Amino acid sequence: MTPRQVLIWGGAALALLTLLPLVVGANVIDKLTGLFILMLLAAMWGLMAGQAGLVSVGQQAFFGLGGYFALRLVDGGFSAYPALLAGAVGAAIVAWAMSFFLLRLKDGEFAIATWVAAEVIRILVMLDPLVQGETGTSLLALNDIEPTLRRNLGYGFALVSLAAMLLAAWWLMRSPVGTASRALGDDDEAAASLGVRVMSTRRAVYVLGAFGCALAGVAWLASAVTFLPRTNFGVQWSVLMLFMVLVGGLRSMAGPIVGALVLFTLQESLGDFGVWYLAGVGALAALFALFLPQGLVGLWQERRARLAAQAAAAAPPASALPQTPTTRSNTP
Amino acid sequence: MIDAIVQGVLLGGYYAVLAAGLSLMFGVMRIINLAHGDLAILGAYLVLALTAAGLPWWASALLALPVMAVVGALLQRWVLARTLRAGVLLPLLVTIGLGALLQNLLYGVFGSDTQSLADALGPLSWASWTLPGGIVVGKLPVLTLLLAIAVLASLQLMLKRTRLGRAIRAASSDPEAAALNGVDAARVHRAAAGIAVALAALAGTMLALRATVEPYAGPLLLISAFEAVVIGGIGSIWGTLLGGILLGLAQSLGAMVSPAGFHLAGHGLFLAVLGARLWSQHRAAHGRPAWPWQARQAPAKPGTAAAKGVA
Repeated sequence: MTPRQVLIWGGAALALLTLLPLVVGANVIDKLTGLFILMLLAAMWGLMAGQAGLVSVGQQAFFGLGGYFALRLVDGGFSAYPALLAGAVGAAIVAWAMSFFLLRLKDGEFAIATWVAAEVIRILVMLDPLVQGETGTSLLALNDIEPTLRRNLGYGFALVSLAAMLLAAWWLMRSPVGTASRALGDDDEAAASLGVRVMSTRRAVYVLGAFGCALAGVAWLASAVTFLPRTNFGVQWSVLMLFMVLVGGLRSMAGPIVGALVLFTLQESLGDFGVWYLAGVGALAALFALFLPQGLVGLWQERRARLAAQAAAAAPPASALPQTPTTRSNTP
Repeated sequence: MIDAIVQGVLLGGYYAVLAAGLSLMFGVMRIINLAHGDLAILGAYLVLALTAAGLPWWASALLALPVMAVVGALLQRWVLARTLRAGVLLPLLVTIGLGALLQNLLYGVFGSDTQSLADALGPLSWASWTLPGGIVVGKLPVLTLLLAIAVLASLQLMLKRTRLGRAIRAASSDPEAAALNGVDAARVHRAAAGIAVALAALAGTMLALRATVEPYAGPLLLISAFEAVVIGGIGSIWGTLLGGILLGLAQSLGAMVSPAGFHLAGHGLFLAVLGARLWSQHRAAHGRPAWPWQARQAPAKPGTAAAKGVA
């Protein structure tokens, strides 16, 4: 699709989804809010891992931190929804500061250092009397709002956040920063030797990813109302992000969205099996990484490329296209 | 204060055993096994299950460790070997998924209750010696530290003296040259993974003897192991012991300040060591000494610590 088509179709989908609360019931709106949050998380993790080669196990730091800052601001007299947005911005600022340290680390060290940083942030947040340690707290200001309005506002918040971050990620990837970061994801030393500014490129991707996760975190807080440090800062968020991105596909923007749909479907149909379902999610992630690292979208793209190549091969000899199918162009 | 220092040092042996396996796998295969902590917990549950079935606890441990070594070798053969060719991203992703699988399987099979080997251990779990100066040390932590030192020393000896050890060291310092000299890389990798997972299981057993285990404890163990490796410096067994002891010290001193200080101080020390290493690399890249007390004409540090092999 051309950029123009993407924008038109995306805008139409956004408009339709915005009007949805007028037609469907509360239950559907709640489910969709959850789905949008998953999609946002997956898109951000996919942006970082797929495009810039940053495997973070610590994105829950921003998911939780956005919510915590919002709670603090509301406690200090802000009204709820501006505080949620400001909380996400605050988390992005923290990510920017942390990036000077974390982004100098490589691969596995980066993965574990982000995780340790998230743990440190969780422990520090739990020291705040407002959070009451393990007990957690609630964004009580939201209880003053009429329930239907609150549900629709939460839905709108998640939807607009998702749309805005997808647009931002899409724009970033089409900009020179995107080209540079894909080069980094492939081979950062080669990219550096060609003059790519490694640090500032990585930082742009990292801070955008953190902001997206923080938006997902405050959207989650807006619909769940309660803030439990162990849940909001839980490493399971990173595991779910990893799952969605692996299943959907690492190397495209559609991959994480597809992965989020798969996870959502699994959650809705098999979530009642509790830990067995979670064990299955872990196993499925490992199996995808082993046998289908390009993910479902990658598989589909390969299939399309193969069909196109076959069609080209079967076409009359007037076309001077090469006979060999270029099927592996999308594998990492 | 002295009490906290003694406790911290005693904790170090357990961390060193936990970290040695992680360090070995990283040294040989260049894989950071993010399921390492979960494998340790799996080993602990295996010992617990065998003990519950009527074996004495030490017999369960002696039986469980070889089983876990086989688990490690099979893990390498069936899972990790497939990821080695595909760069650094894939092993991380596979082992995270594997960790989530193990945690939830353990929860599904054994439930969420914390479990301990302390009951099976009998009086040893609370017996203690009183040192001159009135410092009380538990017999179990002391014996754990001694066992850890013995295990690490024999690992060191094995790497230095035996054929397998030489093959492991060769494969970790230069895989191509090792292959040219007839070292079967796949076999070496399986052996290293087997040793690493058995070490993890031993550490898990130590944890179950000293305290409690629960299905979701693995990630924290992984973090501790990684912290000990980084604090002590990658690639040396005695460095790992030192790293474990420093981590234990930081934690037990941190716990004196506040209950949250236990983990906070450990994480803080880890981040500080990482930061100091980055700083000295940064300065070395500019040809400057990292710290003011170093001579100006000090030779630049060679590359990253990760470039070194095992032992």
